[in-house]
Amino acid sequence: MAKVLMKGNEAIAEAAIRAGANNYFCYPITPQTEVAEYLAKRMPEVGGVFLQAESEVAVGNIVFGAASTGKRVFTTSSSPGISLMQEAISYMAGAQLPCVILNIMRGGPGLGGILPAQSDYFQATKGGGHGDYRLLVLAPSTIQEAVDLTMLACHLADKYRNPVMIIGDGMIGQMMEPVEFPENYTEPELPTKDTWAATGAKGRKPRVIKSLFLDPYKLEDNSVVLYNKYQQMKKDEVRFELYKTSTKNKVLIVSYGTMARICQTVIDELEEEGVSVGLFRPITVYPFPEAALEKEATRKNIDTVLTVEMSMGQMVEDVERAIARRRPVEFFGRTGGIVPTPDEVKKQIKELIKKKHGAKTRQSTTKSKKKG
Amino acid sequence: MSEQTKTIFSRPEGLQETVTHYCPGCTHGVIHRLVAEVFDELDIRERTVGVAPVGCSVLAYNYFNCDFLEAPHGRAPALATGFKRLRPDMIVFTYQGDGDLASIGMAEIVHAANRGEKFTTIFVNNAIYGMTGGQMAPTTLSGQITTTCPAGRDVSQTGEPIRVSEMLATLNTPAYLERVSVDSPMQIIKAKKAIKKAFQYQVEGKCFSLVEVLSTCPTNWGKTPAESTQWLRDNMMPYFPLGLCKSPDSKEGN
Ligand SMILES: Cc1ncc(C[n+]2csc(CCOP(=O)(O)OP(=O)(O)O)c2C)c(N)n1
Ligand code: SF4
Ligand SMILES: [Mg+2]
Repeated sequence: MAKVLMKGNEAIAEAAIRAGANNYFCYPITPQTEVAEYLAKRMPEVGGVFLQAESEVAVGNIVFGAASTGKRVFTTSSSPGISLMQEAISYMAGAQLPCVILNIMRGGPGLGGILPAQSDYFQATKGGGHGDYRLLVLAPSTIQEAVDLTMLACHLADKYRNPVMIIGDGMIGQMMEPVEFPENYTEPELPTKDTWAATGAKGRKPRVIKSLFLDPYKLEDNSVVLYNKYQQMKKDEVRFELYKTSTKNKVLIVSYGTMARICQTVIDELEEEGVSVGLFRPITVYPFPEAALEKEATRKNIDTVLTVEMSMGQMVEDVERAIARRRPVEFFGRTGGIVPTPDEVKKQIKELIKKKHGAKTRQSTTKSKKKG
Repeated sequence: MSEQTKTIFSRPEGLQETVTHYCPGCTHGVIHRLVAEVFDELDIRERTVGVAPVGCSVLAYNYFNCDFLEAPHGRAPALATGFKRLRPDMIVFTYQGDGDLASIGMAEIVHAANRGEKFTTIFVNNAIYGMTGGQMAPTTLSGQITTTCPAGRDVSQTGEPIRVSEMLATLNTPAYLERVSVDSPMQIIKAKKAIKKAFQYQVEGKCFSLVEVLSTCPTNWGKTPAESTQWLRDNMMPYFPLGLCKSPDSKEGN
């Protein structure tokens, strides 16, 4: 299929349809409302279900009910709305229901702003709602990757019977880029849903989709089942990308999403100046590619690891965990909707190289803290 | 069975054979039975999905002999919406208490009713939070004593009890709304008729339907079962009048 120029939000919406997620529920919020507007037109064309609900609390729970049918369900929102969905997300994780949730992140906390941010990393990867559960979390850095990962998310949600979240900063939603949708899309075979979906107790015992286990032993059993799925994800689903990593690198940048693309520009420019820097870009942020990162970050030539995020420092905690003090981990971030420029990041790297054997611990060098 | 004997009363197929966890004299069980009898009479059990609330009836799925979803507190109408939109061929009902439906889940029920979602709600109004041990509900009567209004509900501070059926009847979207009671055999027969009608409307794909059932909570009212049914008649019925609130065939209620 030929490439088409599409806005991220619309491309993701189309990707969900191509992957068979023909059931979409929403509540408007900037900067992702175009997904809803696109699907309001598109769902009737494909005979799908589109519904704008009264709140994200309702959306989350409508998704819960819809996913109980065994059909593919998709929803999208941005940070404050994702907070309201946490109730349903926790219940769905507990009840082992698949669904795909897109968070086009904006600055927070609170109402924050409407500009791009990556400050919902903790919420997405560490829980967000209550209880012992995880989401599989994917972080695209281009519109094409957003399309591919949306389709993959639909598959993985069914494979693990677990909610899958895609986190993109505002730029992933708002930017236009050429994208290509796969022709004749096929997926590896999935287990049947006929063991758990609510389809009516005809000729079989009634099925209950629930997260309530009043017997503590049964509740623990359920948590163990969930835990084992997360262990399996860690084995089979870790995804990341390396950019210009070599034995010449002095610094390794760790960055994800659009921020990682800006870091690529930084790396290209520094290369011309004779400074060798590599990039480690997690694509799955849960499961976090910790073993691979540890390997890259602890190569002999690497002096320092620099984590760059559009936040006050969230993924950096996973980076520190993976590297376990074997290299200094530095952090640079801007937030509030401010996107770090290549020059800003370059300056950080040059300073790091200058004080090479300096700081052993992480130094947060966000602009705001300096001003502070 | 010999030709001389005839079964005139048995457990409906819609109910499972199990021990109840409801307190003695609690009318949740009576309401369960009526719903299950309607499954049998309309022959819908095999294509029905229930949505359980958070409240004393959270374990409803242990009693009903059909597929079930367990919703977060108050969100049963949202789950029912999602399910029914994807499977309009199935029968979907929520079973909710007054705390669940009229407090934490008020937005979900109002919007589901207003969208005219084609599912049925069995709304069990016992004027109290049963499961958590007898706290004030939005339906608790003026002056009624609960653990969180030990001096009696002071409506100047907490507002007047909410009449859910009347409130939903103000919505312009067609719906079937009726308030019934299960305090006596006569009322139980009427309640059953209303519940059957509610499911019948759903089978026809006609409208949203809700039956509000006045119910007792002897345990948290601090009364015997007999005192409870009398208290319901004397106190709840005057404030929550029985009867049809809205019919899909006429826009106005009566
Ligand atoms: C989010 C949330 N808040 C509070 C509770 C605690 N809780 C459980 S049941 C209940 C009240 C139920 O009362 P009602 O809906 O009237 O049902 P009843 O037990 O009277 O049948 C509450 C507040 C909860 N489970 N979840
Ligand atoms: S606490 Fe009240 S509502 Fe709950 S089972 Fe007992 S009597 Fe019924
Ligand atoms: Mg109650």
